[in-house]
Amino acid sequence: MNINFIKQDKQLIVEITEEIDHHVAEKIRRKVDDEITRYMPRKTIFDFSRVTFMDSAGIGMLIGRYKMMRLIGGSLEIVNAGSTVSRILEMSGINKIIPIEKMAM
Amino acid sequence: MYDNEMKLEFLSKSSNEAFARITIAAFASQLDPTIEELADIKTAVSEAVTNCIIHGYEDAEGIIKIKARLIKNTIEIEISDTGKGIENVELARKPLYTTKANLERSGMGFTIMESFMDDVEIDSVFGLGTKIIMKKKIKKHLVELKEEEFAGLGGVG
Ligand SMILES: Nc1ncnc2c1ncn2[C@@H]1O[C@H](COP(=O)(O)OP(=O)(O)OP(=O)(O)O)[C@@H](O)[C@H]1O
Ligand SMILES: [Mg+2]
Repeated sequence: MNINFIKQDKQLIVEITEEIDHHVAEKIRRKVDDEITRYMPRKTIFDFSRVTFMDSAGIGMLIGRYKMMRLIGGSLEIVNAGSTVSRILEMSGINKIIPIEKMAM
Repeated sequence: MYDNEMKLEFLSKSSNEAFARITIAAFASQLDPTIEELADIKTAVSEAVTNCIIHGYEDAEGIIKIKARLIKNTIEIEISDTGKGIENVELARKPLYTTKANLERSGMGFTIMESFMDDVEIDSVFGLGTKIIMKKKIKKHLVELKEEEFAGLGGVG
């Protein structure tokens, strides 16, 4: 499980180096939720530059974290999604509620 | 009949999701697909296998079977479980439809399979199990054939 957190100015950056499927999404969810409840960031940023694969489990995981950030009055952002991951994000319409940026910060 | 065929059987453990999609992708690579075509196949297999685990067996232990066949430049993938079955297949295919919203499912699995593969057949009997048959034509192969033909013609003329 390769997940790295960077905390700075109430921003939580989540760097994932893993193929995001149902098996991995459950682990990411637990770790990220743990980090969010402890750090209470204003913004959580998922850095997808090292994610080479994602299926619908990733969509569910992102929507869940989006809801959680809304609940604590913060926001969620996705950065550096490659073309494979971008296709899934667009197909799900998730890009209409979660900002997807090209470059990190 | 078929140019090549393989079968795979494994336990319905979520750790096998990656194993299944990587194995089928390795088999499919015999057709010399593009990186994008291979990603499509991996994603569709991942969706179908995950559905067997989450919905078919509802996290109890069961067996998932995959058969894959190559017919010319088409790959046909059959993924089946002997779990719960689907009550309403028409409804299940609809985008955003899920019976497990509590588990953070988005209801996009079948929509993704349908848009990444050329054909998706759902064969399910409620109470008995589900079989998904997906087909995808690897188009790069066609382009190469045309180039060969073209080269052949050039040689004659
Ligand atoms: N193998 C299966 N056995 C039993 N029911 C299934 C199976 N596959 C799918 N279903 C049913 O069809 C519904 C839709 O499946 P689909 O993959 O589109 O969405 P999901 O799995 O609920 O969510 P997501 O795939 O986005 O995580 C499921 O919620 C489930 O009720
Ligand atoms: Mg699904």
